[in-house]
Amino acid sequence: MYQGVRIAGFGGQGVVSAGVLLAQAGLVEDKAVSWFPSYGPEMRGGTANCSVVISDTEVATPVVCAPDTAIVMNEPSLPKFEPMLKSGGLLIINSSLIKSKPTRTDIKVIYVPCNEIAEEVGSLRTSTMVALGAFAGNTGAVSLDAIENAMKKVFKRAKPEMIALNRKALEAGAKLKAE
Amino acid sequence: MAEKVLMKGNEALAEGAIRAGCRFFAGYPITPQNEVPEYMSWRQEEVGGAFVQAESEVAAINMIYGAASTGTRAMTSSSSPGVSLKQEGISYMAGADLPCLIVNVMRGGPGLGNIAGAQGDYIQATRGGGNGDYRLIVLAPNSVEELGNFPKMAFELAEKYRIPAMILADGILGQMMEGMSYNFDPIDPKTLPAKPWALGINDGSRGKNMVSSYGLAEGELEKMILKRAERYALIERDEVRYEERFTEDADVIIVAYGISSRAAMAAVNALRSEGVKAGLFRPITLWPFPSKRIAELAQSCKAMLCAEMSLGQMIIDVKLATAGKIPVHLYAKPGAFFPVAEEIAVAVKSVLNGKKDFLFNLADLAEKADNTCHKPENKICKEGTLL
Repeated sequence: MYQGVRIAGFGGQGVVSAGVLLAQAGLVEDKAVSWFPSYGPEMRGGTANCSVVISDTEVATPVVCAPDTAIVMNEPSLPKFEPMLKSGGLLIINSSLIKSKPTRTDIKVIYVPCNEIAEEVGSLRTSTMVALGAFAGNTGAVSLDAIENAMKKVFKRAKPEMIALNRKALEAGAKLKAE
Repeated sequence: MAEKVLMKGNEALAEGAIRAGCRFFAGYPITPQNEVPEYMSWRQEEVGGAFVQAESEVAAINMIYGAASTGTRAMTSSSSPGVSLKQEGISYMAGADLPCLIVNVMRGGPGLGNIAGAQGDYIQATRGGGNGDYRLIVLAPNSVEELGNFPKMAFELAEKYRIPAMILADGILGQMMEGMSYNFDPIDPKTLPAKPWALGINDGSRGKNMVSSYGLAEGELEKMILKRAERYALIERDEVRYEERFTEDADVIIVAYGISSRAAMAAVNALRSEGVKAGLFRPITLWPFPSKRIAELAQSCKAMLCAEMSLGQMIIDVKLATAGKIPVHLYAKPGAFFPVAEEIAVAVKSVLNGKKDFLFNLADLAEKADNTCHKPENKICKEGTLL
């Protein structure tokens, strides 16, 4: 198993933290993992992204140039990361904020209204967790339990009710399957 | 082995240095190594050490000179332009035979360059960088785990031979996160053997100690340098470290260090699955360089390919080691671009098939330049404008 992932969105959506969670979840399940952030100059409101690799064997390159999965959380991230995807790769689109449609026909696409689902679950701030749930549910690269476990390791001071809320967001996302 | 913890390279390095007994850190902020001083700023206080955010890189390296003179395990870190600023102090420490740890988390250059990971400081690191006739022990980790575990090795080698040691990392290694586990227990510096040469409070039980990089009396400097050269010779003989993968039957051996070696390894795996006999040779010590082993390998393989994030710096050492016995090619990614495994694989095939794809060659560049604007008869060139 090898999953190279790119997660991209506005600064503040938690895409970089979501990447850390994925990597930590992989580590919980004894996988080889890597995480690499974009750390170039950006303006407030600009885009952020990170690369995550989860693999059964050692990770060669931490910079994911041809992702198996791209999770795009805002409009500007779609044209940037859609072309990079591997043929047959998975594109998870936050359809709450992205109105454009992907142009490629050789990829799988899931439209996840992350913001709406997150608000139904109880907090808009869990929208990226909804997308992570969709990732886990569709790729099987990590389990929801592993992500929950990772939350406890990464956000050590998180209250149990926050973990529970984020778990609900993960589960809601995991229900959505690729078209 | 202990459970792996997800850690950022820079933080694994800083914690590794603390565990290795580093109790003095001075540095000045620069991307992409900022997590090192940030981590040190609170962690040194916890372990009873000292952290100084210096007013400049020059100040920081000279603080290290002072701390190392007392026998303290002292460290500074920076990134390429900052390490350039430290060169004067590094040269003085080499001259004063002071053990210490200098970390360079390389970024793009020359000048201010950019903040992405690069490998353009190989020559600076391995050939001195400051004035005078000296060397540094240079260690090149290629994972977060090695970044965390190498400070101990660096301090031990530095103290054994009384020589400054450098860890030459890059922005990718510094910024990335991986599973980290330390292969040694934290060291209490109080338990380390006393350094009889170190400065400190003299209770009269020993003679006067002096730490100095100069010898003004006639013949004194030569004696100092030759004495140091003996230690350099021992280091070159005894402290070479490297890693080999699939080199036994390889037709082409890729030589790569640091983060480049990981892209190279991915290329080797891809090539092997196609039946192409490629191997990887990874120098871990850049000085002492594993010349002897590379010379041996040159007898069994057809060619070598250096994969570097520069215009080709380590390749000089590989060419010296192979002494013209086999062709040595270059895959170059200057300007802080990450090497691409697929491109390296194509470059290996080019080597085998006599093609040029993804092989970097200055002669080809000169030809290309001639064909555009640099011919003497070209007007633009005559006016002194290079495009």
